[in-house]
Amino acid sequence: MNKPIIRVFAVLLVLFGLLAYFTTRWTVIDRAALQDNPQNKRELLAQQRIARGSITAATGTVLARSLRRSDGTYARRYPEDGLFAQTVGYSFLNPGTAGLERFYNGQLTGRTGGLDRTLRKLQGKRQQGNDLQTALDPQAQQIALDQLAGRAGAVVALDPRNGRVRVMASIPSYDPNVLRSAKQTARLNSALGAPLLNRTTAGLYPPGSTFKVVTAAAALDSGLYEPTSTVNGANGVEISGVPLNNDGGHSFGEIDLTTALTQSVNTVWAQVGERVGKRRMSRYMERFGFDRPVPVDLPADERLASGLYCSPDGQRELVEPTDSCVDIGRASIGQDKLLATPLQMAMVASAVANRGILMRPGIATRTIDPEGRIAYENRPQRFSRVMSAASAEQLTAMMRKVVEEGTGTAAALSGIEVAGKTGTAERDVANNITQPWFIAFAPVSDPQVAIAVTIEKTVGGFGGTDAAPIARAVMESLLR
Amino acid sequence: MSARNRELLGLLPASLLIVAGFGAVFLQERTQLDDLSLTYGAIFLGLCFAAHMIIRVRLPDADPYLLPIIAVLASVGLVMIYRLNETLARDQAQWFVIGLIAFAATIILLRDYRVLERYRYLIAAGSIVLLLLPRVPGIGQQANGAYLGISLGPVSFQPAEFAKIGIIIFLASYLRDTRALLVSRKRFGITLPRLKHIGPLLLVWGLAMLMLVFIRDLGSSLMFFGGFLAMLYVATDRLIFPVVGLGLFGVGAWVLAASVGHVGDRVSAWQHPFDPTLYEQIGGSYQIAQSLFAQADGGVWGQGFGEALISVGDSPILPAAQTDLIYAVIVNELGLVGGIALLLVYLLLIERGFRVAVLARDSFSKLLATGLTTVVALQVFVIVGGVTKVIPLTGVTLPFVSYGGSSIVANFVIVALLLLISDRARREARR
Repeated sequence: MNKPIIRVFAVLLVLFGLLAYFTTRWTVIDRAALQDNPQNKRELLAQQRIARGSITAATGTVLARSLRRSDGTYARRYPEDGLFAQTVGYSFLNPGTAGLERFYNGQLTGRTGGLDRTLRKLQGKRQQGNDLQTALDPQAQQIALDQLAGRAGAVVALDPRNGRVRVMASIPSYDPNVLRSAKQTARLNSALGAPLLNRTTAGLYPPGSTFKVVTAAAALDSGLYEPTSTVNGANGVEISGVPLNNDGGHSFGEIDLTTALTQSVNTVWAQVGERVGKRRMSRYMERFGFDRPVPVDLPADERLASGLYCSPDGQRELVEPTDSCVDIGRASIGQDKLLATPLQMAMVASAVANRGILMRPGIATRTIDPEGRIAYENRPQRFSRVMSAASAEQLTAMMRKVVEEGTGTAAALSGIEVAGKTGTAERDVANNITQPWFIAFAPVSDPQVAIAVTIEKTVGGFGGTDAAPIARAVMESLLR
Repeated sequence: MSARNRELLGLLPASLLIVAGFGAVFLQERTQLDDLSLTYGAIFLGLCFAAHMIIRVRLPDADPYLLPIIAVLASVGLVMIYRLNETLARDQAQWFVIGLIAFAATIILLRDYRVLERYRYLIAAGSIVLLLLPRVPGIGQQANGAYLGISLGPVSFQPAEFAKIGIIIFLASYLRDTRALLVSRKRFGITLPRLKHIGPLLLVWGLAMLMLVFIRDLGSSLMFFGGFLAMLYVATDRLIFPVVGLGLFGVGAWVLAASVGHVGDRVSAWQHPFDPTLYEQIGGSYQIAQSLFAQADGGVWGQGFGEALISVGDSPILPAAQTDLIYAVIVNELGLVGGIALLLVYLLLIERGFRVAVLARDSFSKLLATGLTTVVALQVFVIVGGVTKVIPLTGVTLPFVSYGGSSIVANFVIVALLLLISDRARREARR
């Protein structure tokens, strides 16, 4: 009978091995995921006793800090109120955390390894968070908010050389300080226009003609076209079997691509897109960052993927640009099933500006520990090489024309060369509701700002008249 | 060194642990480190020493490691509960004393434990009655949908803890008699015992299912039935029995999970602990989710003793921290290292238990030791597995560590029985 006894023991050993494995899983393997789970309030509860690090703008302006209360616990305050509401996010017991506060929670709370923590405790030190520094520019941000003037929309400005996020404005906005009260939180959660939503990274809109920059990049860089190549821009060319109209029903003859971009001729770019083809378009879109959640240092559930969304069974879902439901001609002019986030469109401008190299967008620059040392550095990172420097140069010249003499003249800055592209997506043809867009970068000779601006709804507005002036004002603030 | 001297020496780590543990709790609570921690330690040590003396006199040849191991476990439990709630710890200390009395009584009264065989049907019947008591109106109690406790006046206890011992005694005795008959008949190349031999065993399966229905507790049922299958396998050395048994249990459990709301809830909470609806639901996945969060905060080294976040104000973050979730609290404070160390101590206990079974000369003793050890091991597996999401979380206690009177007393009786078997086995082996 001894053999089976030993076998029973062996089975129990295996079961205990399972217990050891699962304990390891929760304490080590899945630790970070569990700690970042939004339902996990332990850190927040414990944080009431931790001096959370501050969040500052590039100028040193404090965007978030912790105040010590009389009972030794800490409370979060946002001195600039709603200036960077959705970007900085919030950190309260209820409703929890969001934005940078959530993404950098580990740094901000100084969550260090167990041994380290024990050593600190033995020295009698309280757990203290690291300060977070960002590249955000409060002045330009304020201008962006003022320019949107209460209209739902978004403005994102990047430094194309390193991907630093300088402006990230989303309207409607809110004052994070009021989230301390559960009632206000509930009100904001159900408020019209979803003020808690960060439209720059989680707002999905038809990008309209601004997407022609992507199509042009694919056309030039693949070697299929030159800026001087000519295409017939007649009104009503059949795309996927359905006639496509130009803006205002204008007909153009054989025109070159530079003119076609300057005048934003739909029929030309749709034909170009069809010739470039789904596979090439797909490759270039991927290099620009499409087809995956927009890469930036914000929590995963605050970022959406730009790309083609089909609804095969009523449910909108992201598909590859090569999918059979895609009308690539119309997608190439930013119509049909194409949706993009404002940050994604700013990345498009940024890649052209930076001679074809797309830098990964980053809001935070570094964190500083309580002793003043750099605890973490968010180094500029190359996302991809989208196109050759030569193609980028050609495209820059074409976009320069748009601002000089085309649809985007309202973005022109005196003394500074601006390159850009307008867009006007039709949202409701019957009521003449449009969504104006503008993407741009400047100065052309040494780009320091890349920007995307959009306004969700205007009555009969255009990218050139409604969005371009906003871009101009924000760029001016960032360059001077 | 003689076995008893080794046992005495083995009590040293436990006594150090309890003095250091109470000391740490006192320090953490920023009260002065007075001699109270030493007093508690001394009382605990005195009790262990008394148990040691009883063993020395009555069971001189018994396994020398069992008592030190349970002393370590009990001191971990006492310190942890003390750290959670002083009043509960005082209760637990009282139960610890009662447990020791039961321990001593078992050793002294059952000089020859084999007399138990004579009363096997009485014991079996008594155990079944005990199991069903929680459903008797007036004295039964329901907690989280399961019927596990009864209350008699001021005392409330969980009869299942005692019933499990009775059923194991019955099975050990019954299987000793029928083991040869169970494997004697073959049909179609497989072992197929006659109905009259397998009948009572099917009855036990039925009983386990009945427990699921009446007590509605998947954990206890799994524990009982697992112990039963281990004994059946050891008795017959035929793999077919546990395989078929597990299959039958699986079918029963599946049907019940689908039909009994409370069991089904536990299963879906186990599958999707972070599902928002289940998380908000009363009796939903909040407990298991919090358990996992608490363990994640522990990391490798733990947050430090007395650091675990148990409640904010009056609202608990970790529900049932002193019973169901005590393992999560231990992992939170002592980390992966502490959790694994605790599991190793249990493995030592289990190893000693099976060693007793291997050394024993007669089938009854072997089966009894196997059954008792397996049930303790499975109880650890059911609760630690529940807390770590290996299986659905159900409320059984962590032996010797969790708060709970019946559990402590019953487990002391189990260890006393193991010591009795071991004493006889080692004496006979020496001869």
